[in-house]
Amino acid sequence: MKIAVCVKQVPDAAAPRRLDPQTKRLDRSGEGVLNAFDVHAVEEALRLKEAAGGGEVLLVTMAPEGAQDTLRKALAMGADRALLISDEAAAGSDLVATSYALAKALEREEPDLVLFGQQASDSDGAVLWAAVADRLRLPTISQVAELSLAEGRVRGKRQTEFGYDVIEAPLPAVVAVSDAINEPRYPSLKGIMSAKSKPQELVSLTALGVEPDRAGDQGSRTEVYALGDPPARGDSQKISDDGSGAEQIVAFLVERRLV
Amino acid sequence: MNLDLSPEHDLIRETVREFALERIAPVAEELDREHRFPYELVAELADLGLMGIPIPETYGGGGGDTLSYAIAIEELTRIDSSVAITVAAHTSLGTMPIFLFGTEEQKRRWLPELASGRRLAAFGLTEADAGSDAGATRTRAELHDGSWVIGGSKIFITNAGTDITGCVTITALTGEGEVSNLIVPNGTPGYEISGPMRKLGWRASDTRELSFRECAVPEANLLGRRGEGFRQFLEILDGGRISIAAMGVGLAQGAYDLAYAYAKEREQFGKPISTFQAVQFKLADMATELEAGRALVYKAAWLKDQGRPFAREAAMAKLYTGELSNRAVNWSLQIHGGYGYMDEFAISRLYRDQKILEIGEGTNEVQRMVIAKHLGL
Repeated sequence: MKIAVCVKQVPDAAAPRRLDPQTKRLDRSGEGVLNAFDVHAVEEALRLKEAAGGGEVLLVTMAPEGAQDTLRKALAMGADRALLISDEAAAGSDLVATSYALAKALEREEPDLVLFGQQASDSDGAVLWAAVADRLRLPTISQVAELSLAEGRVRGKRQTEFGYDVIEAPLPAVVAVSDAINEPRYPSLKGIMSAKSKPQELVSLTALGVEPDRAGDQGSRTEVYALGDPPARGDSQKISDDGSGAEQIVAFLVERRLV
Repeated sequence: MNLDLSPEHDLIRETVREFALERIAPVAEELDREHRFPYELVAELADLGLMGIPIPETYGGGGGDTLSYAIAIEELTRIDSSVAITVAAHTSLGTMPIFLFGTEEQKRRWLPELASGRRLAAFGLTEADAGSDAGATRTRAELHDGSWVIGGSKIFITNAGTDITGCVTITALTGEGEVSNLIVPNGTPGYEISGPMRKLGWRASDTRELSFRECAVPEANLLGRRGEGFRQFLEILDGGRISIAAMGVGLAQGAYDLAYAYAKEREQFGKPISTFQAVQFKLADMATELEAGRALVYKAAWLKDQGRPFAREAAMAKLYTGELSNRAVNWSLQIHGGYGYMDEFAISRLYRDQKILEIGEGTNEVQRMVIAKHLGL
């Protein structure tokens, strides 16, 4: 069983975030961390591997070379190796271009199962897994809160607004897990020490067969036209607590029939 | 010159920081209030390999360096000192003597259980009348028919009485002016452990009085060579100081974090108190001293990892961070005002947990004596 987990380096959520007015892109110059949603996908892959008594957990990501330090956390948790698509020509790739590059890498690796976190905490697109599955012509299940494998099939319990769907698909398949699926482990000291010696392969777009016009700005199909502040909240009402704060809030909610 | 931490050290910090925030912070106040030893947390720390960081893997430890250990202790203390001292005392004082001076047989017997955190160990040096003057130990051990028979008592011994404590290493007079260290397993007849001592801070950590009455242990429980006890414990304390200094930095950082967050949120005179220069200057001073203190601790750890002399820097780090943490908790509580005096605000616990950092493993005065000696005075 070979499980690929697609992960992303995102800016540290604790640090203030900034959109660059020139490039209209998120400023990623600060400290990068592993997208928290993806940590759940890594954990699930490790559990599946442990339950199967063997196999390989491979990390796949597209990021600048510095992302090797970020991938180390997932390797310390127990992933076996990492494939880092690192290429200056990839800068500015949107979901369309990114999904193409990832699909190319996955085609090369031929995993039995591809896992994604449900979304990335920086851009919150929550569609990359669907785009990759579509390019690979593989079945996909999203928002999976419980996952199991049996006889060449994957079964996922999918969280919806009204309850759960239980969906089965033949392998290989692409699954996006929700953050409710598990409680990720902390890397152990031993894991941290051994992560250093785990293989991290750097590949260029050319090496994966990604044509120059399908990567970066050129390969992207979306464009950011303008950035703007969110509209001010017009009719907000400030309640200062002079001892009757709770009553005032309740009165406010009752008036609008919200309680 | 390169002051960057390695990616491994960064990841150790990140991991312990997350663990402390997610697993320790939610229970720290309760453990302190109930004076309850954190067995569950010790088990989790053991699973992560954090109960024996600087002990080689061949003996069941984490195989990390002193800097990794210092970073882990710093991050634990940032959230809770009781948990941090449990790890630090177990590692530096309980396990390290056996690793450094034990025979191969003693190492094989004790280290796998201790370094993995399945059992805890303690170090019994201080006596009622032998504190800073640790050489004045009165506990005696005499050799009779292949056994050391011990008589005497020890006080303020961390981790000695938990349900999972395996042994204590004690200093004892084995002759006129001759000090030796002996390993005494818990449960040895004649070795009695008091109930938990009640104390100002570190309330979730285990502190005991020990008494030995005709307590016999096998001759083979002598640690290292006879008569080397004094030299051994001085070496143990040199290394231990780095971890207590790391606690000083961690505690000061924790106090700073609380003060910073509170100052941004608390409004008086119509604006956050963080906009007042009186508060800003205190935070600026704390942040500055933290940088200095951390650099000193990491340098001492780095020197030790390089196999170079580090005793002078370790004493300096312990002294500086002990006093720094005192200023930091004091200022932080002052910034919190009346709320900081209330139990439900974490700073009140950090404030109580601080003072011992200027006393344990060598008082500020003893550190100054050590430093002065290194200065050739």
